[in-house]
Amino acid sequence: MLLDSLWIVLTGALVAGSCAMLGSFLVLRRMAMLGDAISHAVLPGLVIAFLISGSRGSLGMFIGAVALGLLTAFLVQFLTRRGIQNDAALGVAFTFLFALGVLLISLYGSQVDLDLDCVLYGEIAYTPFDLLFLGDLPFGPRPVWINAALFVINLLLVLLLYKQFKISSFDPGLAAAVGINVVAMHYLLMGLVSVTVVGAFESVGAILVVALLIVPPATAYLLTDRLAPMIATAVGLGMLASLLGYMMAQALDVSIAGSIALVCGVFFLAAFLFSPSQGILSRVLARRWLSMQIVEEDALLWAARNREGAAAEIFTKSDLLSGLDQPASRSRAALTRLKRAGFIARRNGGFVLTAAGRNAALDLLRRHRLYESYLGDIGYPTDHIHESADRGEHFLTPGLAKMVESEVGERDEDPQGKPIPSSEAG
Amino acid sequence: MSFDFLLDPSVRWVLAGSILIGISSGVLGSFALLRRRSLMGDAVAHAALPGVAVAFILAGTRSLPLMLLGALVAGLLGAFFIQSVIKHTRIKEDTALGLILSVFFAFGIVLLTQIQHSGAGGQAGLDKYLFGQAAALIGSDVQMMAVSAAAVCVIAILMFKEFKLLCFDPGFAKGIGFSPKVLDGMLMFLIVVTVVIGMQSVGVVLMAAMLIIPAASARFWTNKLSLMVTLAALFGAVSGAIGTLLSTVGLRLPTGPLIVLAASAVFAVSMLFAPDRGILARIARRLSLRGRVAKENALRDFYELAEACDCWDIEATATELAAGRGVRASAMITTLRKLVHEGLVAEAGGRYRLTDEGLAKAYTITRRHRLWEMFLMHEGQLGSDHVHRDADEVEHHMPTELEAELEKLLAFQGIEMKLPPSIHPIETQGGV
Repeated sequence: MLLDSLWIVLTGALVAGSCAMLGSFLVLRRMAMLGDAISHAVLPGLVIAFLISGSRGSLGMFIGAVALGLLTAFLVQFLTRRGIQNDAALGVAFTFLFALGVLLISLYGSQVDLDLDCVLYGEIAYTPFDLLFLGDLPFGPRPVWINAALFVINLLLVLLLYKQFKISSFDPGLAAAVGINVVAMHYLLMGLVSVTVVGAFESVGAILVVALLIVPPATAYLLTDRLAPMIATAVGLGMLASLLGYMMAQALDVSIAGSIALVCGVFFLAAFLFSPSQGILSRVLARRWLSMQIVEEDALLWAARNREGAAAEIFTKSDLLSGLDQPASRSRAALTRLKRAGFIARRNGGFVLTAAGRNAALDLLRRHRLYESYLGDIGYPTDHIHESADRGEHFLTPGLAKMVESEVGERDEDPQGKPIPSSEAG
Repeated sequence: MSFDFLLDPSVRWVLAGSILIGISSGVLGSFALLRRRSLMGDAVAHAALPGVAVAFILAGTRSLPLMLLGALVAGLLGAFFIQSVIKHTRIKEDTALGLILSVFFAFGIVLLTQIQHSGAGGQAGLDKYLFGQAAALIGSDVQMMAVSAAAVCVIAILMFKEFKLLCFDPGFAKGIGFSPKVLDGMLMFLIVVTVVIGMQSVGVVLMAAMLIIPAASARFWTNKLSLMVTLAALFGAVSGAIGTLLSTVGLRLPTGPLIVLAASAVFAVSMLFAPDRGILARIARRLSLRGRVAKENALRDFYELAEACDCWDIEATATELAAGRGVRASAMITTLRKLVHEGLVAEAGGRYRLTDEGLAKAYTITRRHRLWEMFLMHEGQLGSDHVHRDADEVEHHMPTELEAELEKLLAFQGIEMKLPPSIHPIETQGGV
């Protein structure tokens, strides 16, 4: 039983690996839907191959599928050249071929031991029973061998032609210029997708193979900016999904293929939300962090100016709240964080800037006034300088501040006549 | 073939339902096509599956209104996710479509197997959502579908002007106060509704075809939106009717594929025979252009031969003329025969010479050719709106002002054309 599970997971992992490799290029080339189209369109090729050869898993099946896969790619090209926009051309080509396939199965399905359910959802659960015999000896499940062979073929071709695939995916013009046959690469990719889809058919079915082609690469695309890590991540995620999907299917007694695809979807959702660079939650958090930072800096500046203005050194919370012109909750949070950072301390029922806080504030003030000077130098209207500098000061990184400083030169006062603190202030 | 089956009220209902679906998907598909949202229908149709399954689990029985509602919610959710993936990440539209399509569909399959394995009854009806079985529809189902399809069509027609604006110039729509976002959302909503009501007879998997193929077929016939929408509706209706009849009567095959194949046949006919954009029309145009170019080239060769020796009644054989241009003598003979037929060339014993009329025409053609060369030389960067369909045609449509300008250039360059003595008066302006 454990061995059976192992075979099933292994098959799923091999299919997912092949699909993820090819899918990465499809996603990058914006041809994901062509992958979808091919996975539907190879159906009539399979049925015709079945009708001719009368057996499943024959070489004829692969030939039929590749023929139809390339035919689809060619048809799309043909229709596009006839002035039909790309998405419609794709839709016309694959729905026609798929309809033809479904009809052929309905007509001859009983003769060729092929039913729609199998084609659509796959029968990965039967993998362990579909044994390959060498002579009389069982030699492991046939789907495992087929998909292992496909995986190796895909891996070898992707490794051998990595540079060609890469260049023609990112810059077809350059690829053509350096002598890569872009058209041949296109049809090679389409041919590989067709073969892989057929191999995957019996295990995960026509529609769910699309999930394996697109979802893990799309997930990886959110996690990395480089091609090789993207492919590796996609393959890893696909394989992991086949393991977790199988476990989920066992636990809930549902379709294995569906579960694998669903797990892929969950991976994507996680990346969509939490990917460090692309995830929406990560970006929301980064934005929150930035605006918090700005409020903090504004609070420090306010406290420093408050003191500079020779008013009382001690200020109260309500002074700060009214001085900052920010939502009260934010100002309060900023105060708490500044206290924790040691920039502000309690004294006599109010607050004062600590020495460290004063240094930080002077540094900010320096940046603010330097920036004002810079804006004045480049001819920015004087009456608008302050607001712009108020915003700009938070984004003056130390390096940028240094550049502004060298641009502005040695100067003691900003355009409004206020002193610029020296960099060794405090 | 007997048409007795049309007397059967249930067949009539089913037929009416399919025709209405064909009409509404044709109408919506046209807008979707022009808005480049063709594959959205495919994605939404797949994404609707989990909604159907959830509705079944909640209701515990196969209740059509509830399932349609579930499909609607899931489809809209799918459409929303697709938009947010495109908006918030660097993932492009095609990947977003495939992603949501496959993951939602997978979820639907997981739910369906759950229903199957938990042994809930009435599950047989769910399978039909995948490929459609119009014959299995009952009267009340069809009535509901018919009403919804009619409603979709009416709304689409009422919003015709807004959608037109959205398809052709969203920026302008925004400028005059229509929010493209709201209109897009509205269009998306109508597409999802159409997909959902079509699923029953065409099935989830092939509903996309109904949105794409009739609209793409109609696009061949016209450049006018109102006509395109009408034609798409007609094509959709015809495909729906043919597919349903084949499926209901005798064959007992799934309806969806039959409807799609019928629509594909309409598409093939459109692609071949449409008057302007059709393949045959293009071939005919190319052939006639090629014939005209061959004739004009022959006349020009004749002229240049005469000009070289200043002997304006020069005679030449087809072989001589063919050799100068590097074409086969037989092709040249065909061209010359046409010219003889038009009275531009006279033939006597295998030798050809220009008639007076032919000489005048040859002069004009040669002059234009040289003017055109001049133009290309001096104004190398041709405005793209002038090189519209075929650079060759430009040569034959030269604006009068341009011609006058080029006359000056020609004189400036000192290239004077010898005038054949027999042409009086010389036509220097306008065409032949």
